[in-house]
Amino acid sequence: MFPKPIEKQSQAAQVAYKSLLPVALAFWLAPLLAVALFSVKPDADFTSGNYWGLPSSFEGAANYGQVFFNSDMPRYLLNSFMITVPTVIGAVALSAMTGFALGIYKFRANLWIFFMFVAGNFVPFQILMVPVRDLTLELGLYNTKTGLVLFHVAFQTGFCTLFMRNFIRALPFELIEAARVEGVSEWRIFWYVVLPLMKPALAALSVLIFTFIWNDYFWAVVLTQGIESQPVTAGITSFNAQFRAAYHLMSAGSIVAALPPVAMFFLMQKHFIAGLTLGAVK
Amino acid sequence: MTVSSDIPDTESWFHRNQQRIAPWLFLAPGILFFAVYVIAPVFQSFNLSLYEWDGLGEKTYVGMRNYEDLYWEYVDRDAFFTSLKNNVMWLFLYLLAIPAGLFIALFLNQTVRGIRLYKSLFFFPFVISQVVVGLVFTWFYDPNFGLLNTMLGWVGMGPINVLGNEHLVTYGIVAAGLWPQTAYCMILYLTGLNAVDPEQIEAGRLDGAKGWSMLWNIILPQLRPATFIAFVVTIIGALRSFDLISIMTQGGPFGSSRVLAYYMFEVALSEYGFRMGYGAAIAVVLFLIMLCFITYFLWSMYREEKGH
Repeated sequence: MFPKPIEKQSQAAQVAYKSLLPVALAFWLAPLLAVALFSVKPDADFTSGNYWGLPSSFEGAANYGQVFFNSDMPRYLLNSFMITVPTVIGAVALSAMTGFALGIYKFRANLWIFFMFVAGNFVPFQILMVPVRDLTLELGLYNTKTGLVLFHVAFQTGFCTLFMRNFIRALPFELIEAARVEGVSEWRIFWYVVLPLMKPALAALSVLIFTFIWNDYFWAVVLTQGIESQPVTAGITSFNAQFRAAYHLMSAGSIVAALPPVAMFFLMQKHFIAGLTLGAVK
Repeated sequence: MTVSSDIPDTESWFHRNQQRIAPWLFLAPGILFFAVYVIAPVFQSFNLSLYEWDGLGEKTYVGMRNYEDLYWEYVDRDAFFTSLKNNVMWLFLYLLAIPAGLFIALFLNQTVRGIRLYKSLFFFPFVISQVVVGLVFTWFYDPNFGLLNTMLGWVGMGPINVLGNEHLVTYGIVAAGLWPQTAYCMILYLTGLNAVDPEQIEAGRLDGAKGWSMLWNIILPQLRPATFIAFVVTIIGALRSFDLISIMTQGGPFGSSRVLAYYMFEVALSEYGFRMGYGAAIAVVLFLIMLCFITYFLWSMYREEKGH
């Protein structure tokens, strides 16, 4: 293990390390802790200039109550869910199939199709912006959740295919050959042999895509504009316009908007990190 | 099992050719979506950059004029070159996330009690959307009450208005971007460090390597895959920077924090109004910059594939 385990060092070093940890963490998360502090302060603290002192009264319930019951935030959150969940299902379904095709079969175009997916996944959004917006307008899907979902599914298929294909490559190929010898059809091999083995990859991709799509801002701004369809990342700017200079409410709103992916991360931590660090170890 | 896989010819054509057709059936939906929404638009944008178009009316073919206009600073003075310069700054400064992530990973790679929670909490900024990161840092930099100036006040400095200063603003935004990006690189390195071969470390210790020489000669070579991925995601992230600029400054003050990604959006969709062809030309420039890196990444992957 590197660096040298702290247990093998002097008592003083151990104490120093253990006390340094929380300090470093507080420093690292300081901007966020500040927002958390703001979100439980009463409005009066801001007018009286008490920004960084203790809250003169604890108004967490009132502030978050405002966000949930007296603003458009719940609607934006709902939109975000209705965009994110279908995208996750669509992208994972499509890429399970493309990943299977590219991971199992040997044919001449294989590597080139794979590279097409990988390269497409890296292109800057701006080169897609005008044509995709145009296409969405022509389909009559501008400012709808469906329009946003269709694009997200297509774009995320690039990254997901990379992920799935590499995962399937690592599975024991003998299983598939054995099934073929038994005369099992290719579709049933996919469904009954490979898919059950892919559960960890499906879980990892689902949490990753959930986070990516929930946090998307650019496409939300390009393809939607109203409260009927905007997700929370885009909605928060209108929320902030509504509560201009009400820092306690803007802070509470930001925390609420950030929460679902954070919850997802803490619940599915193992899968999340396995997904993010795929390929970081040989 | 002794059943032969050579099925008698009573089987349908589909069954006999299953293994050749199946991959294409599995690929069809994915390729269709990807071609329509990703591959075709790239070429459409290239084409569009040769036209003048407001997004509604007729397109007028103007040849290379949009590209000449980039050079002649069409919207306001220096807009394109400021964006280009800022993109280069983003590229270089953003790479600091890699050593910073490695540093934190080395700091946290211990087994004391509660260390798993610490690792998760250090990773936290990456999970939050860039929109919220942007808001949080806008308040952090606020000249009146921001935490930064409050802290500077303790040591008798400041106040400085980071986001209102033409010379500081890009550094300020990049710093906000480095926060989640460093967390990402950290998690890559933590995973990499977990897999470092302990025998090689022992062998290194016996040879008298420790500290820096151990890190440089024994650990880093084993972390190469992690470094490669950190490099890829950081470069892509730097060139994609849009959310933070849009939230924190909207390109200001006086356009001094624009990057190509934001400038393109401004030209094509915001108050500068619907100049789609010109926007497409900016996007093409950004794409060509990205293409250098994409080619390099694919080339590395290709060598790897052939190596197996």
